[in-house]
Amino acid sequence: MRYGRGPEVLSDISLSLPRGSFHFVTGSSGAGKSSLLKLIYLAARPSSGGVRLFGQDVTSMPASDLPHIRRRIGVVFQDLLLLDHLSAFDNTALPLRIAGHKASEYRNDVAELLAWVGLGGRMQALPPTLAGGEKQRLAIARAVVNRPEILLADEPTGNVDHDMSMRIYRLFVELNRLGTTVIIATHDQDLVARSGRPVLHLDKGRLKPVAPKAPAA
Amino acid sequence: MSESFDPARWRPAPFLPQDDARDPALLFVVAVLCFLACLAALGALAGDRAAHGWSGQLLGEATVIVRPRGGETPDAAAARAAEALAAVPGVSEARALEREKAYDLIRPWLGDVSDLEDLPVPRLVSVSLDAKAPATAAQLDKALKGQGLDAVVDDHTRWIKDIRRAADVVRATAAVVFLLVAAAAGAVVAFATRAGLAARRDVVEVLHLTGAEDGQIAGLFELRFARIAAVAGGIGALGAAGLGALLRLIGGGQGVTPALPVAWLDLLVVLPCPLLAALVAAVAARLTARRLIKGL
Repeated sequence: MRYGRGPEVLSDISLSLPRGSFHFVTGSSGAGKSSLLKLIYLAARPSSGGVRLFGQDVTSMPASDLPHIRRRIGVVFQDLLLLDHLSAFDNTALPLRIAGHKASEYRNDVAELLAWVGLGGRMQALPPTLAGGEKQRLAIARAVVNRPEILLADEPTGNVDHDMSMRIYRLFVELNRLGTTVIIATHDQDLVARSGRPVLHLDKGRLKPVAPKAPAA
Repeated sequence: MSESFDPARWRPAPFLPQDDARDPALLFVVAVLCFLACLAALGALAGDRAAHGWSGQLLGEATVIVRPRGGETPDAAAARAAEALAAVPGVSEARALEREKAYDLIRPWLGDVSDLEDLPVPRLVSVSLDAKAPATAAQLDKALKGQGLDAVVDDHTRWIKDIRRAADVVRATAAVVFLLVAAAAGAVVAFATRAGLAARRDVVEVLHLTGAEDGQIAGLFELRFARIAAVAGGIGALGAAGLGALLRLIGGGQGVTPALPVAWLDLLVVLPCPLLAALVAAVAARLTARRLIKGL
């Protein structure tokens, strides 16, 4: 994969992630972690090769069919991509509104989720008024609110303290337990080590094998 | 800091921010374009009416040039021609014009010849035709020949063709101006949509990646610009109708000038403007937005 006419950012990537699996993607900055996630959440297309999601080849799929695939994927973007003119509540409810759900069906769920990520008292706040960690938790709430089949998170614990980091991790584990496939790109080696989950390590755009480690006690 | 918030009372906020600093400028430009388009339409109607008036006048009249023969005087020949023409069915009146009228007609070419009694200046007979069943040039010619008169009938056909051609030109010009202005309005809206999408790329990107369909996103911009254009169209239409009414009031029944008479009913032509402006804006916004979203 390459951006425009630039150099290849991912090369010879071949992997298959089983439904309901939980993986971390690690690697130094510029290794291609975000690019790999972009391929999966359909923000980029491979310059060669293909991507299959939910048993379908999404690379050759007509553009008109892609929104329905995207609705099955939750993403915590690296730069969060919160909408500054919408309240925390509106930002969180966004995927449900786009999917065409009625407000009466999800109002309470959204409120509960925001309370769970510690934003129960900031539901009407606009993102520019939130602290870095609060924004990150809001982005996570938006990504998981519609119980996606795949959850992709790009550095989801970058701006939160250790306790909140573990709390978020437990949320991901809970979603995974309910059947969601989780892929987290992170620099947080402590979190990776504690989890004992399989790791996809990228080095200069190529996948390197990593020996599995036992979870920390 | 905490706040009291009741989810049961929550109402979804619009996906696009409500206020955009560029909206008033866009509204002004589209309003001016709509004003010009309405003026073009009013001009086309007035031009069409003027052309109908001119050709109606010409169709109702004919001119006969009478040349005296033998020892007959020009005045006697003209009087005989008028009498013969008045008897033709489809002629309501035939009147021999005075000698001075004939001199007036040739004065631009020959100067003042009124003192040259020997100059054989032809006389003119003005013929008013029945509006419902006008006599033809052939009928008039036959009647004149029947009286042994040397005369030429001019039923103004040549002028009518010119006037009809002029009316067609006025209509076509107004239509081209109208279409150009409508296209300019569409281009302005397309440009504004592009700028709007660029300024709201964050919103478009989030909606796109969260699973919104292209039509869903384009629809947001379509609705927004259609609303602005409808308001601008209303303002432009009101302005043009106001100017038309002023021209009508100043000029009375003839409008400000007999060349372009404006009727009160003509002012109704501005009515569809807001709807048309909204339609043009909606189509331009949809096409632009869809093309830009495809590039994401």
